[in-house]
Amino acid sequence: MRPEVKKKMTETVLEEKKLDEKWEPKIIAFLCNWCSYAGADLAGVSRIQYPPNIRIVRVPCSGRINPYFIIKSLTDGWDGVLISGCHPGDCHYISGNLVARRRFAILNELLEFFGIEPGRVNFMWASAAEGERFANLVKKTTKIVKEIGPNTKFQKEW
Amino acid sequence: MGIDTENQEIENSIREIAKKLLSENQVDVIIGYAEGTIPLSSTPIFIRKEEDVNKLIWNNLCYINLANYLVPLMPQLCDSEGNALKIGIVAKGCVGRAVNHLAVEKQVDLEKVKMIGIRCNGIVNRSKINLEIGEKEILEVSISGNDIIVKGKDWEKKFPYDQYINDLCKVCKVKSPSASNETCVGECEEIESIHDEFADVIDFESKSSEEKWNYIKEALEPCTLCYSCRQACPLCYCNLCFVDQNLPVWFGKTAELPDIIVFHLIRAFHLAGRCVACGACSSVCPVGIDLNMITRKLEKIVKDRYDFTSGLNAETLPPMMDFKMEDTEEFMLEED
Repeated sequence: MRPEVKKKMTETVLEEKKLDEKWEPKIIAFLCNWCSYAGADLAGVSRIQYPPNIRIVRVPCSGRINPYFIIKSLTDGWDGVLISGCHPGDCHYISGNLVARRRFAILNELLEFFGIEPGRVNFMWASAAEGERFANLVKKTTKIVKEIGPNTKFQKEW
Repeated sequence: MGIDTENQEIENSIREIAKKLLSENQVDVIIGYAEGTIPLSSTPIFIRKEEDVNKLIWNNLCYINLANYLVPLMPQLCDSEGNALKIGIVAKGCVGRAVNHLAVEKQVDLEKVKMIGIRCNGIVNRSKINLEIGEKEILEVSISGNDIIVKGKDWEKKFPYDQYINDLCKVCKVKSPSASNETCVGECEEIESIHDEFADVIDFESKSSEEKWNYIKEALEPCTLCYSCRQACPLCYCNLCFVDQNLPVWFGKTAELPDIIVFHLIRAFHLAGRCVACGACSSVCPVGIDLNMITRKLEKIVKDRYDFTSGLNAETLPPMMDFKMEDTEEFMLEED
């Protein structure tokens, strides 16, 4: 198939995907083991409803989240990325989230500079006791990513 | 005073200091610039003997950042037991910054390095000249008065120097190394902080995401992932670069645009708070991509957020090696 035809076809498919009312974003969530993952657990056992769009990856600490993970998630086609860790000062490893915060701040600005829509990658803090907050922020993230639409910028043409 | 006389003066001072350092045995080897093997270029040279100092040159084509040869330590710069020799390095402002920054990252022992400080008068934008000349072959480049004269077979072209200087050099505030007299001989001054308007970056930031993406897409499209920018960068010294890691493969090695953008995104991220704004990456780019716009943005981020400028001294910790409880976090999601 000629590349321009192929390109046109992908474009149409994506356009349809965007217009499709039933389209639901897929969001990858990196949650730290000690706070946010437990927070998600609490939201679950408390039967608080939140959108089923997130797929959780449990990591030891938000400091473990390499910016590569975030960029690779985007290139692999995830529509959104959510990163959550302990509140500053509550880190199980004392300062992991403070180190991570600097990284995220720079990465966030850099992504914006490269023209990735702000809101494609989201960062939040949630402690183990904040099931409600976790659910609310997941709802918010899903809403934001839904408004931005499918992640097409990193789609390869073949 | 013309650029050529300025160059001559700088060149003379380099040779004089180099001669003195070698004769007094203060250094064992001097890293400097020599005439390039092809026109419109220069090449690094290691000088060990006093009588060779006249091979050292200075002109506006000395775009290489010589700090690149300090890490990892090359066998040429070690004695028979593998210990570092005492090294003299011809340092324009950005080389000085790179040496300082490498010292903060504990890659360079400042006691073994002596900078030969010069007051840089700017570097020529090679890709801009190459672009205007096009396919024709350049045979000779000379600088006379305030013009760069490029000669080929039966043609000659004049480029006014101030228009063909690197954009980074136009806004450069660290012309000579920011170091004390102990580590630097020749021109040097200790700079505490610099003020930069970042007008060019602010202008770009005001665009919408779609415009930014299109601009970046167009700018990076010609990239062939040759990794010249990585090789030329004095701060890219990882033993195993992320592009060579294959478990997992962080990005595809095709010439597709997403892969190119991911490479530049991660490369830029690695230089956050580390880039010394020498412009070596853009100077060596075979397809003439202006990578400076990205590195300028990085400088702005760390300046705004953490009030840090890399390489001004060998003590301050760079932002990515440090953290504070009260760092800004306005980008974090909050409940409505």
